[in-house]
Amino acid sequence: MTSDLVLEGISKQFAGHRAVDNLDLTVPAGSFFALLGPSGCGKTTTLRMIAGLEEPTTGTIRLGDDEITGLRPYKRPVNTVFQNYALFPHLDIFENVAFGLKRRKVKDYKPKVEEMLDLVELNDYGKRRPGQLSGGQQQRVALARALINRPQVLLLDEPLGALDLKLRRQMQLELKRIQTEVGITFVHVTHDQEEAMTMADTIAVMNGGLIEQLGSPAELYDLPATTFVANFLGQSNLIRGAIIGQADENLIVDVQGRKVLVPKARCRVTEGEVWLGIRPEKVFLAPAGTEEGDGVNQLLGAVVTDVSYVGVSTQYLAKLPWGQELTVFEQNTGARDTFRAGDAVDLHWRPAHSFLLDAAQDALAGVEDVE
Amino acid sequence: MSAVGQLSAASQTPAPPPPRSGRRLTAYLLLLPGGLWLLLFFVVPLVSLLAASLYDPNGSIEDGFSMTWSFGNFADTMADYARPFGRSLWYALLTTAFCLLLGYPLAYAIAMKAGRWKNLMLALVIAPFFTSFLIRTLSWKLLLSDNGFVVDALKWLHILGPDGRLLATTAAVVTGLTYNFLPFMVLPLYASLEKIDRRLIEAGGDLFAGPLTTFRVVTLPLSMPGVVAGTLLTFIPAAGDYINAQLLGTPKQRMIGNDIQRLFSAGAYPTAAALSVTLMAAIVVLVLIYVRRAGTDDLV
Amino acid sequence: MTRVGRFIGQHLIMVLGLIVLLYLFAPIVVVILMSFNQPKGRLSYTFDGFTWDNWANPCQPYGLCDAVSTSLRIGLLATVVATALGTLMAFAMVRHRFRGRSATNLFIFLPMASPEIVLGSSLLALFVSSGFGGRLGFWTILIAHVMFCLSFVVVTVKARLAGMDSRLEQAAMDLYANEWQTFWRVTFPLVFPGIMAAALLSFSLSFDDFIITNLNAGTTVTFPMYVWGSAQRDIPPQINVIGTAMFLLALIFVLAGEVTRRRRARS
Ligand SMILES: Nc1ncnc2c1ncn2[C@@H]1O[C@H](COP(=O)(O)OP(=O)(O)O)[C@@H](O)[C@H]1O
Ligand SMILES: [Mg+2]
Repeated sequence: MTSDLVLEGISKQFAGHRAVDNLDLTVPAGSFFALLGPSGCGKTTTLRMIAGLEEPTTGTIRLGDDEITGLRPYKRPVNTVFQNYALFPHLDIFENVAFGLKRRKVKDYKPKVEEMLDLVELNDYGKRRPGQLSGGQQQRVALARALINRPQVLLLDEPLGALDLKLRRQMQLELKRIQTEVGITFVHVTHDQEEAMTMADTIAVMNGGLIEQLGSPAELYDLPATTFVANFLGQSNLIRGAIIGQADENLIVDVQGRKVLVPKARCRVTEGEVWLGIRPEKVFLAPAGTEEGDGVNQLLGAVVTDVSYVGVSTQYLAKLPWGQELTVFEQNTGARDTFRAGDAVDLHWRPAHSFLLDAAQDALAGVEDVE
Repeated sequence: MSAVGQLSAASQTPAPPPPRSGRRLTAYLLLLPGGLWLLLFFVVPLVSLLAASLYDPNGSIEDGFSMTWSFGNFADTMADYARPFGRSLWYALLTTAFCLLLGYPLAYAIAMKAGRWKNLMLALVIAPFFTSFLIRTLSWKLLLSDNGFVVDALKWLHILGPDGRLLATTAAVVTGLTYNFLPFMVLPLYASLEKIDRRLIEAGGDLFAGPLTTFRVVTLPLSMPGVVAGTLLTFIPAAGDYINAQLLGTPKQRMIGNDIQRLFSAGAYPTAAALSVTLMAAIVVLVLIYVRRAGTDDLV
Repeated sequence: MTRVGRFIGQHLIMVLGLIVLLYLFAPIVVVILMSFNQPKGRLSYTFDGFTWDNWANPCQPYGLCDAVSTSLRIGLLATVVATALGTLMAFAMVRHRFRGRSATNLFIFLPMASPEIVLGSSLLALFVSSGFGGRLGFWTILIAHVMFCLSFVVVTVKARLAGMDSRLEQAAMDLYANEWQTFWRVTFPLVFPGIMAAALLSFSLSFDDFIITNLNAGTTVTFPMYVWGSAQRDIPPQINVIGTAMFLLALIFVLAGEVTRRRRARS
């Protein structure tokens, strides 16, 4: 009986600052939906508007056929796992989990609470206070406290943000398992792209109060719609070029005098200046002068400037004749020797692995700051 | 349990959440009963005190007082009572200085050095103040009396001459005042010292070497809010106190409070009120200076 | 620095601090001692002999226990009223933004920043000018006490409330608690320790007040007024019994609090 969650034209204006800007979003019933974006982009605000803790300045929120935009939080079939859990410090774990059921006057809540504590593997902790649990345990209590109400939509605000890496990985799988088991729509907010990719069916990438792109993890990674998505979800090499014509299903792009092909279906623009994007693992290095077959894009005359070995793969930086450095990942299959800094190389890739973006966008948008 | 500790603790108050529409009325309703009480029994009395200070000074309780806008009352009382007035401010200043001198090391020791004894030490600062103010002051009278051991000890050390005495001197009054208002200095100081990031002091140690320099450049400036709050909270009540002067001093140590109290009991309302208003005005000026410095959110 | 120098540097502050603590306790020692005094003359300024009599008959001096009981009654009533009104104000100040908020802050702070003699004399001026001059007593004292306790309550509760995570209340609302249930199930239990602290503070302020009370008491005698009166004549050692008892009560409170805190921290 769950239904789609639909946000239409949602905006939120804080004093002199627009946190969410005219957002349209449909979360399919029963899906694991991730809202991904850098800190401060408006994810929490969006979530709080769905929960009813913040009133949208404009727009409507619907759950199936019911409009819930102006409903008080306690009237919505929606529950939240808060960013820092917000467990009630004066109640023990059992009472924390039972809170929602008791407020709704559910009779016979005890076995339900026991069952829920079972699900999150905290049966023996019912009598403890939140302050006596570890971060991971508190996180599971917060989850249990929300899930026990069987909401139509469960909102999770960076629920794993406070956990260490190992626990985070473990909880990611756990959350995914629970979601499959209960079949409730999860809206999961995170700034960790890896987390969003492993867990979600659908990801909405948010930036500056806007949705940049929405799709499955594979779609977003394979064919980013903006430079922000290209950089924020994994890494991309963005090379400046200009469209100079077309051939069959491809556009021809001139890159510093060299012609390369990009399938039309993978192009956001059809003329003028462009960013040519290629993921680092899709670029191959070959010793300078190696012949390549037809239908492969090539850039010649590069020099390896940096080699870092990371076990499973090797990361190269290759400098092109006009000074730009491209990142190249190569699996350490052992099939051939690695290159060394100073080696002269050619770069090549398959047209179907590249994409074209509007040159008006910032090539550095969404690049993680490395101080 | 300590208002003063809370007073400074409250200065960390984050900005309140934005209001939901229609809740402004609730705010006013919540403020209404208490606000009304303060209005009726704090503001209105101050106004009637102001009015009383302008009554005809020749009236009496029996015949009643008439409002003659006698601004001359202020000049007259200042002429008559300038000395106790000045003395009050001087004693309050001395008291504040001694409280700072004694209170800073204690607050510092509790905040920085006490470790797991922090809470206990803090409680011990407050505990003596559950014994009545008057009883404590009376026991100072005993401690400082002519045949008490403090006087004996000071005579033995030749700090005090053979017929020197402590009781009924300025020293006794200031000792009593300092004692009674010390917690009002220690608690805000503690609250602001406690907030200082220990790493800053360590970093200070790295950068400036000497612990004294570190104190001067890092710790003291960071504890300034506590110093200011403590100074106000010590100076104000000390300036208006008359119990210490009465029990530990002589008429020579008379403070303005003694005169106000005496004049009120004698029914000389206009004069007493004029003195009271003058004292209040001096205090308001002090508070306003503070508010300009720190803003109202830090006050309460 | 030499090792000795460093040792002094490390511990000097603590030693100074402990000396100041001793200074704070010096008069208390005297009070406790004098509560066992058997005075020879009428002015009991010297320790003349040990006795349990004072503790056995605390009400012996005429009027002492009446005064204590008056102070207790005023203290309890003033505490209830001031705590209730002050708590409401604290909620308004922390949880709401409204026009005149910062002026209200100042308005609440001012009574704390006014010398007691000014507060007392202005109330007296009001009572006299409005024709209550002849009816000073229990009720006028109560009014005065509520007035000066109020600000301290607001400050104390406000600090507790401001330190509370407002997301807890949002979580309650998210879990189907309406405004009323949210308040009683979450907000109130969490603010309660602050309200308790405010009540305790109010009581001790009220019980101990002399300057304001003295001006507005008429013929009613509170405990501090009794002490004041007897300080002019003779000081019955029973006064020290009351003082000691109050100190011990406070000490027990403090120690019990510390012990439970430690025990809770350990488990
Ligand atoms: N109550 C508020 N008042 C004013 N600005 C706010 C408020 N809440 C959030 N903001 C601002 O809105 C923007 C989005 O915040 P948020 O939704 O919390 O981002 P995220 O969760 O993606 O990190 C931020 O710039 C933040 O400073
Ligand atoms: Mg957030």
